[in-house]
Order: sequence, then structure tokens, then C-alpha cells
Amino acid sequence: MSGETILSVKGLSMRFGGIVAVNDLSFDAGRRKITALIGPNGAGKTTVFNCITGFYRPSGGSIALTHDDGKTIQLERLNDFRISKQARVARTFQNIRLFPGMTALENLMVAQHNALMRASGLTFLGLIGAPSWRSAEARAIELARTWLTRVGLLDRADDAAGNLPYGDQRRLEIARAMCTEPALLCLDEPAAGLNARESAALSELLLSIRTEQGTSILLIEHDMSVVMEISDHVVVMDYGVKIAEGTPQSVRDDPKVIAAYLGADEEEAIAVMESGT
Amino acid sequence: MTTSALEKKPASRASGAAFILKKATISALVALVLFSLMIGVRTEAGPQGGLIYWTRFGDLAAIVAAVFGGSIVIELLRQWWGPADKVRVVPPAVQNALSLAGRLIAPALLIFTFLVPVIFYDQRYILDLAILVLTYVMLGWGLNVVVGLAGLLDLGYVAFYAVGAYSYALLATNFGLSFWVCLPLAGILAAFWGVLLGFPVLRLRGDYLAIVTLAFGEIIRLVIINWQSLTGGPNGISGIPRPTLFGIPLSPGEDGLAARLGIEFSPTHRIVFLFYLILAMALLTNWVTIRLRRLPIGRAWEALREDEVACRALGINTTTTKLTAFATGAMFGGFAGAFFATRQGFISPESFTFQESALVLAIVVLGGMGSQLGVALAALAMIGGFELFRGLDQYRMLVFGMAMVLLMIWRPRGLIGHRAPTVYLERNQAISSDLVKEGHG
Repeated sequence: MSGETILSVKGLSMRFGGIVAVNDLSFDAGRRKITALIGPNGAGKTTVFNCITGFYRPSGGSIALTHDDGKTIQLERLNDFRISKQARVARTFQNIRLFPGMTALENLMVAQHNALMRASGLTFLGLIGAPSWRSAEARAIELARTWLTRVGLLDRADDAAGNLPYGDQRRLEIARAMCTEPALLCLDEPAAGLNARESAALSELLLSIRTEQGTSILLIEHDMSVVMEISDHVVVMDYGVKIAEGTPQSVRDDPKVIAAYLGADEEEAIAVMESGT
Repeated sequence: MTTSALEKKPASRASGAAFILKKATISALVALVLFSLMIGVRTEAGPQGGLIYWTRFGDLAAIVAAVFGGSIVIELLRQWWGPADKVRVVPPAVQNALSLAGRLIAPALLIFTFLVPVIFYDQRYILDLAILVLTYVMLGWGLNVVVGLAGLLDLGYVAFYAVGAYSYALLATNFGLSFWVCLPLAGILAAFWGVLLGFPVLRLRGDYLAIVTLAFGEIIRLVIINWQSLTGGPNGISGIPRPTLFGIPLSPGEDGLAARLGIEFSPTHRIVFLFYLILAMALLTNWVTIRLRRLPIGRAWEALREDEVACRALGINTTTTKLTAFATGAMFGGFAGAFFATRQGFISPESFTFQESALVLAIVVLGGMGSQLGVALAALAMIGGFELFRGLDQYRMLVFGMAMVLLMIWRPRGLIGHRAPTVYLERNQAISSDLVKEGHG
């Protein structure tokens, strides 16, 4: 029953008063695929993310998430923390939101809150130090250790997250999102502020998450080298509407996309392209 | 005898010393200008009505010298206890001694506390004061859950103290229930009120949260004053039963503890019993809080203080997390309230004014938000120190205010400003207070 589509957005609209941030947007994200959402600044990409992850309640449209077992959840009906808890959608933020005063390890432990809450018998078993809780905690630490190793931060595990360099914080945020064991991972500009070497490492990490964990990834990104290298499918937005979608190659050659990025008319862009070739 | 750290940075040490001297000189100059007319020259109306004046350069020099010396001392102290990355003028031997003292202070304090009734058995005043300090230590540890861990600013904590005290007083006087039955009931009732307070303030943050909790504290007090038929209004409730040692009263009668043990009765027995009772309750509060910090709920509280939006993105129910913080803090406040009622034997709304909330909050903030040891030290300093200066009468508040200002200059994040991690792989290293958030309510 589990189709090829994990996330299906249909006719999504988001209005803030008179401003239409997203207008009738429809796209699909493939299961175990990396889907990129790109577009110029202010195109409404982050608004789409906030709708998917429950920070905004969409003005209209539907967002359906289909799990591997075929169960479909309408995300627009859930809100807040339930998206992550029940629908298993994890996200990172454009401006990193770690818990700066907690260690890297603690950050990853907080991410496993719901599983650990169950294991600690809603705190009561944990308070008396029940063996079942102890083993669950040990497993949680092991999972955190695994992810710290994956993102290359094992030796910084006991350092405060706020003390880590910028690139490390970005990777830690991804590790933290992965510790919730999500079905869909939404990354908001994961390569922002990274240098070329760090971007390449990030691409590798995302590809390995897709293949090893089988997690579907939806990402917003401005770094085209990352988008072109790892995306299976690219959706391009401008002024709140979808202007193109397809493989990275087809999108790159689309005159409408080029026009949107250059801020020029479509005809001018075609003219530029033709004169260039 | 210079150590490696200093050999690496001889220049910075020199510049540190120069900096201190420069700063002290500037302070002294300012003091000289300020006080040269205020103190250096004294004018008065002479016998013929003319103005006569005389100079007091000796006093002036003393003041300026005091400012100079004081400035150096303050700056040195600041460097001793300042942030870790600063250049330190203090020799490492002193630093090591300080850090050793820091590690030993908690066990030493605990052992001393256990011995207080033995050492001061004959001094009723000290024992009473110790009980008072421990009550505030417990209140501070309770409020620390809400303010220090969850980062929710609660200015109405006294409300839960009052609920606990009145719960015990009313249950004991009306239904004759014993202290040991009422204690958990008082805690549960206070926790219930904590949840009730929690619901309306869930969406509020920062200043707004503080105002609503402040109002809540006042509401409880006003209800107690005006609900005369139940609470006795401003007259309060008297004749609250004293606690028993699991049914054995600590009274001079035949069935009293003293008679049963075959020793002579002394009123001090009850005081000592109350001392160990509040000590046990406070230590239970401490133990539970330390345990909770290492459980997912405690980590969620701290995560909530650090970043609420990120918590929601990780699937943490911020509503229940906040409510459990309020309920847990309120429960400990309720326990302390029940103890207060049984110790006093009489309670009235006057004991539950905003001043109490402010005092407990000051203890938590001074102690260093989230630090158990810091809260205990701050309670000792605030309550014990307050008594220490009783002889100064009306100047007591002045000394007190001055001490708080100085403390906040040296230690803006409280006595114990750093945060200990709840879990670690290799190294258990404290986290600098610069990184830890205070929470936004």
C-alpha cells in the first residue's frame, strides 16, 4: 500500500491578512528520495515548511503524509508538537535552534523525549530507577552516540552546543532531528554559511541518511551545488506559486526558473540563454 | 614558582595588573573630586552669623584611600571568580584551593547541617533560625524547578506555600487528620493549584507571565482574608496540631516521647524534631529535583528554557511540560507550607504576602538559576545574613541591599553560575553561564 509518494501537498495556500505567502501550491515528495524546494528570497519556501511542520495552520489545501505501512496522516489537521510526535516529521531551522546551554549529547537526548518518556513510565519508573528505565536510557545514549559519530562530533559530545563552531552546530541540528527517528526530514537551508568542503560533507551525510535510514528528505536550499548534486526532484517557487518542477537538470535549463532568479522577464531570459549558446 | 599558564602569558598578567591599578586610580580620582568639597571642606554658620569653614583633609585622604584599595580588591575578586576565558591575575595555587573548596563545600555543609542540633542544643535562637533557613532552602529548591529549570518566571510562589499551610491547618483542625496524612494532601492540593495557575499562563511569556503569577499570589491571599467562614479571615487559624513522631506526641504528658523513652521532657526535643523534619523534607526535595533533572521530563524543562520552538519541533508537548513544572514546584511549596503551619501552630494571611514570593525568588536568582547548592547558600546568606545584621536596626536593609548589588556586579548569574550537564560520555564539564539561557517565561 505504501506508494512512491510520502508527502503530497495539494492546493496549499497560506495568507497573512491580505498577503498571500503561498498560493495554491501542489507538489509531491518521493519516498526515500531527496526533494528540494528552491526559489528566490521571499518566495514562500519557509512558509511551506512551517505549514508542513505545524508551525502555521494553512489557510487552505491539504498536506497528506503516507507512512511506510500505508497509513495516511493529514498534516494540516495536526498542529504543533503532534506533527513530530505522531506523524514523525522532523525539521531543522534556517537560523539554528539548538539548546545552546546543553551539551551536544543532551541535545540528542532531548530529541528522544517521547520514547524516553514512555520508557520512564511518565517519570515514575525513572524516579525509582527501575531497571527497564536504565536500559532504555542506555539505549538512548547509544543512539545519540551513533549519530554523534555519523556527524563527526563524537569528541565534542560533552561540550555545550552553543560553544560549537557554526558548521558543527548545523550538523548537530540534523543529528538531533534524526534522533526523533523521523519518516520525513525537513531541512531549512542546511548548507547556509558552510564552506565548500563542509557543503560537500553535508551532501554526503544527507545521501547516507537517505540510503541507510531510508528517511525521505525535503530541503530548502540556496546552495545550488548541493541541490544539483543530491536532489532527486526539485520544486521551484516564486511569489508563492510553483513555477517549475522536475529533475535538477530540467529545472536548471528552465527559462522560467532562470528568469525568476535573475529577476528578469521570461523573454529576456530566453534571449540571454540563446545569445549565450 | 610560576606555573605554565602564567609563563605563557606574562605580558597579559602585567597588563592585568596595570589595568587594575589604572582603574583604581581613576576611581580614586573621581572620589577625590567628589569628596573634596563634600568632606574636605566643612562650613557652618559661625557665632556672629558669618560663615566659618575648616578643612578635614585627613578624612578626605582616608576616603580616597579606601576607594583606591576597595577598587583593587573588587577588581581582584572579579578576576578570581570571573568567566573562565579571562586572563587571571590570581596565582593558580589560590585557584586550585578555591576549586577544591568549591567541591568540598556541599558535603561539608550537609554534615554541618546534620550536626547543628548537637552543637547548638542549648541555643533555642540558633535552632529556630536554622529551621527558618531550611524552610527557605526548601522553598528555594521548589521554586528552582519552575524558575531555574523551566525558565518560567513565577512571582506568586507564596500562593502555593499558603495553600499548603491552609490545607494542613484546615484538615487538621476540622477533621483531626494527622500531620503525616495531611502532608501529602497539602502537596497534592498545592500541585492542583499549580496546574490551575498553569493553564491561563501557558501562552504568556516573560513580563506578562510574571504579572499574572503575581496577581495569582495576591488572589489567593485576598481569598484567604475574605473567606472568613472557612479560613477565619485576618484572624487566621490557631491551635494547629503539632506534628507527632508517627503518632507519638512530643509533649510532656504520660504518652509523650520523653516519658516513653524514660528521659526528662524538654521543649527542645520538639525543636530538634522539627529541625530534622524540615531537613528531611528539604533533602527529599533536593533528591527528587536532582533525579528529575536526569529524567526526560527534567531535560524537557531545561530544553524549554533554552528554546521553546525547538522543543515543539522535536515533538515535546510544551503544555504538559510547563504544567508539570508548575505542579512540581507548587507541590514542594505545599509541603513547606504544611511544615510552616505545624511549626507555628498559628497561621494568618500576613505570613503570605508578596514579600515572601520576592524573597524566595531572590534566593533562587542569587543562588544561580538551576543550581541546587547555590540556592542553599543563597538561602543561608539571605535569611541567616538578615538575622546577623539585626543589631543594625533600620540600617539592616541598607546593608542587605548593598550586599545584593555587589553580588550582582561580581556574579551576575548568581553564586553558582555554571550549569552541570545531566548526562555525559567522557567528561563531566560544567557549562559556562554565558551560554545557558534564562528562559523567556
